[in-house]
Amino acid sequence: MSSRLMQERVAFFTIVRREIRRFMRIWVQTITPPAVNAVLYMLIFGGLIGSRIREMNGVPYMDFIVPGVIMMGIIINSYANVSSSMFSAKMQHFIEELLVAPVSNITILAGFIIGGVARGLAVGTLVTVVAFFFTDLIPVHPVVTISIAILTSIMFSLGGFLNALFATTFDDISIVPNFVLTPLTYFGGIFYSISMLPDFWQIVSKLNPILYMINGFRFGILGSSDIPLWQSYAVILIFIAALGSVCVILLNRGAGIKQ
Amino acid sequence: MSALTIKDLRKTYDGGVEALKGIDLDVEDGNFFALLGPNGAGKSTAIGIISSLVNKTSGHVSVCGFDLDKNREAAKANIGLVPQEFNFNVFETVQSIVLNVAGYNGIKRRVAKQRTEYYLKQLSLWDKRDTVSRNLSGGMKRRLMIARALVHEPKLLILDEPTAGVDIEIRRTMWEFLTRVNKEEGTSIILTTHYLEEAEALCKDVAIIDHGQIVEQGTVSELLSRSMMETFVLDTDVTTIPEQVGGYHMRHRDDGKAEIDVPQGTALNDVFKALSESNISVSSLRNKENRLEAFFVRLVQSKRDDSASIDHESSTKEGAV
Repeated sequence: MSSRLMQERVAFFTIVRREIRRFMRIWVQTITPPAVNAVLYMLIFGGLIGSRIREMNGVPYMDFIVPGVIMMGIIINSYANVSSSMFSAKMQHFIEELLVAPVSNITILAGFIIGGVARGLAVGTLVTVVAFFFTDLIPVHPVVTISIAILTSIMFSLGGFLNALFATTFDDISIVPNFVLTPLTYFGGIFYSISMLPDFWQIVSKLNPILYMINGFRFGILGSSDIPLWQSYAVILIFIAALGSVCVILLNRGAGIKQ
Repeated sequence: MSALTIKDLRKTYDGGVEALKGIDLDVEDGNFFALLGPNGAGKSTAIGIISSLVNKTSGHVSVCGFDLDKNREAAKANIGLVPQEFNFNVFETVQSIVLNVAGYNGIKRRVAKQRTEYYLKQLSLWDKRDTVSRNLSGGMKRRLMIARALVHEPKLLILDEPTAGVDIEIRRTMWEFLTRVNKEEGTSIILTTHYLEEAEALCKDVAIIDHGQIVEQGTVSELLSRSMMETFVLDTDVTTIPEQVGGYHMRHRDDGKAEIDVPQGTALNDVFKALSESNISVSSLRNKENRLEAFFVRLVQSKRDDSASIDHESSTKEGAV
């Protein structure tokens, strides 16, 4: 391995280690709240209301909502981790430690993104463990389940990074999660199948990218979903390519981080 | 080889402010170089561009022979930066901050730990290694930034007002440390400071920047020889000091003493005679060591006066048209 490549590798793992240590240091704020939320969703929607609904798309209602609840934790936390970490680095100016070091922008981006993926998957794993108290689901397609989780996490980590680049106040990093991500996640078919909706709203729902992620993940766990699997992969990969390219272009220009 | 070469460097900010108007600078390898200038002169912009924190508008910068446009990573590997403002993670410990920066510079963990220990000990921060950085005193924070800038052992160390707000004792310790880094390790150092006494004591070469242009450049001794004036500090019992005494300019100091500017070569007898005629009795006198400051103040003031007279002339001409 060339010395340049070796340097980039060391820098990458340093960023990843720092990012993981950051969210683990404050695990009470970063890891446990999503698990508590998941317990509430499963208890209220899956247990209390779900016992009246019984089945959705041919599976028990509790089993139907579990993939969506896990995916919601992954999406929100991947996004929040990167947007919050990157924005803090900007506000406290310690992003300058990276900008003056001989690290390529792609390595900086990759380090932050893997940090976001680590938190997304940590939350996803914890919610899955919690879910085992409510259901005994075993993924039908484990490779699909894991790959959709990782790719979704990468996509939303990129989204969080982009948000942080443009953000100038703490309000700016809470607007997207509160007013865009959360509504899209709820309308992304966590608690219902879009086949229940009138035709018009089915078409509108299909414009929501989160629908493809939740259904892809649901296919991995239950073996069935509202959306063909290839469409889920296609949507996620297109978003990753687009968001990743925009992030790299903005980093190269120094947008939001250089004068 | 030069540690730093700058050619026709220009920077215009988005709002239209022209911070650098084409500066040229050459810092020899191993030099201890002072970049001086009043607030807003363009020092921090120049440093920002050299260290890749600010995008330049045009011009060329090369660090240790590596062009910033063509080989940015190699150029950056040779720079250590101590910025003016604290810019570390206030929730991290001292040791983590230095270790992380070593990692960003591609230094493997084992070596990074050794170097972190070495530089924290050198800067008397090893005992504070597990302290969260926000709990450090101002002087410790400055020293932390120096340790962090040196951990990858750069060939060029840039310090932007490193002793601002630091007490005299710590400032002297930092001077000794920086002199050692420069002399023993051969690290080239560029220093900006408002304490001109610091530049006079530490630096070999000086450039003075004002309104985005280099207005003077040379060795400290060259600039001082151009000064042509000496300043003396007087202990006197007079409470009201006149501005002019026998043609010499005088002023009051905050510590109750007075200062008098005297052209080089003037007989001190003449000075005392003028003071006596003005009924100013002097109990002691010493030559003010901080001669560079006097030169700097006069230079910047004369440039301001020149530009003011040019502005006045042009406005008069415009008025005539």
